[in-house]
Amino acid sequence: MRRGGFLAFAAAGMLAGCGRLGDTLTESPLIHRILAAPERLDLALLGAGQPLAREYTARDLSPVFRRNGFDPPSDERYVHWSRSGWLGYRLFVRGLVERPQSFSLYELRNRFARRDQITRHDCVEGWSVIGKWSGPRLGDVLSVCRPTPRAKFVVFHCMDDDNQGTRYYESLDLRQAYHPQALLAYALNDQPVPVENGAPIRLKVPTQLGYKSAKYVQAIELVPSLGGAYGNGGYWEDQGYEWYAGV
Amino acid sequence: MEHPHPSPARVYRHPLVVRATHWIMALSMLVLVMSGLQIFNAHPALYASDASTFGHPLLALPKAPWWLTLPAYQDLADGRRWHIFFAWVFGLCALLYARWAWQLVPNRADLSRILPSLKEHLTPWRLRAERRANPLQKSAYFAVVFSVAPLAIVSGLALSPAIDAWAPWLPALFGGRQFARAWHFAAMLGLLGFIAGHLAMIALTGPLNQLRSMITGWLDVGGAP
Repeated sequence: MRRGGFLAFAAAGMLAGCGRLGDTLTESPLIHRILAAPERLDLALLGAGQPLAREYTARDLSPVFRRNGFDPPSDERYVHWSRSGWLGYRLFVRGLVERPQSFSLYELRNRFARRDQITRHDCVEGWSVIGKWSGPRLGDVLSVCRPTPRAKFVVFHCMDDDNQGTRYYESLDLRQAYHPQALLAYALNDQPVPVENGAPIRLKVPTQLGYKSAKYVQAIELVPSLGGAYGNGGYWEDQGYEWYAGV
Repeated sequence: MEHPHPSPARVYRHPLVVRATHWIMALSMLVLVMSGLQIFNAHPALYASDASTFGHPLLALPKAPWWLTLPAYQDLADGRRWHIFFAWVFGLCALLYARWAWQLVPNRADLSRILPSLKEHLTPWRLRAERRANPLQKSAYFAVVFSVAPLAIVSGLALSPAIDAWAPWLPALFGGRQFARAWHFAAMLGLLGFIAGHLAMIALTGPLNQLRSMITGWLDVGGAP
């Protein structure tokens, strides 16, 4: 029917108009600020406690822990480390701490209690995988370095980049960093973390979306605030994604 | 005429709270569906489980076309901002509306008139605007307000990793997080089906009269067709 066809055409045109109007609105800084408002509300409501993400059993493990994100680092130093059992790699903790120091993988394995957790990883794209992660609690490692009272955020500097020279980075506030399930994982499914999943050390934050769980962590820096050199607090946050990724 | 129409009258059919929440929720649903498709496009597959079973999806679909998404360009981050903002708007509006919605619960009189009402709907072009919602109409609104819309809201909440930490039973209710995502998609289809039926009935029973009643509250009833 001609009229039916016209109506369908008009409806599609209106929808497309909505999308285009949406584009214009999204690009307005004021609208952008308004649309970003729920993030604070979500953080205030959901971040008010430290509930644990559900922990699964070995039966629930995904057959493959899907990889996503940037290519693994390809620089000479990283490739050399990856072929020599990570001898020479050290995880640095610096910034607003009384005892800035670095840890070898051996030290991370032996100086701290190992926590094993089988948790679900929810990617912002919509899919989920379940994996077993092992390593020291981030909070235990931070405690040894003694954050000063001015330290409010923990920034994770990573070794991977977007192929255009921008390194991955992430950040948590101190409360999130001391969540009992926030891990500096050195093992995935009882094997050393594979290169494609963030070797040798991957942050794991199961109460937030996957992009918070930064791979290839090289240094941890305690800072008084985000902004400035730390942008919106993460690579994807700088592309418009929420800093609080609990929703 | 077998059933003479009652004398024409203008009745105050929709109170302000209904009119206001109707339009806010209508706008919210448009934004939620379009931004939801934007989010869906980032991984257009659904699974009947807690984690994704990539080789065995429940349903794998092509991406939604740009003219159905918000924003029109592909941008998951902006789609999420629109979606989560209007999820709050929709949820708060639904709370405001909920107190009034109890009027939609079918009563005994409605149940006894459901068959005749069904029969009247077999010739939809003869339906007219009435003083009160007819039993079938009431049942349709009842189903959407008390099952499809709550399903959309609750299955949406189950997708948040932080909410899942607070309430692990929530994704379990749907058979896992990925299953909740499939339910969320199904609820969207249900809402679209309702909206299609709703708009068709409005078009059949005097669209201008109906539209005006949802703006001013006053509906003309019982007049000549």
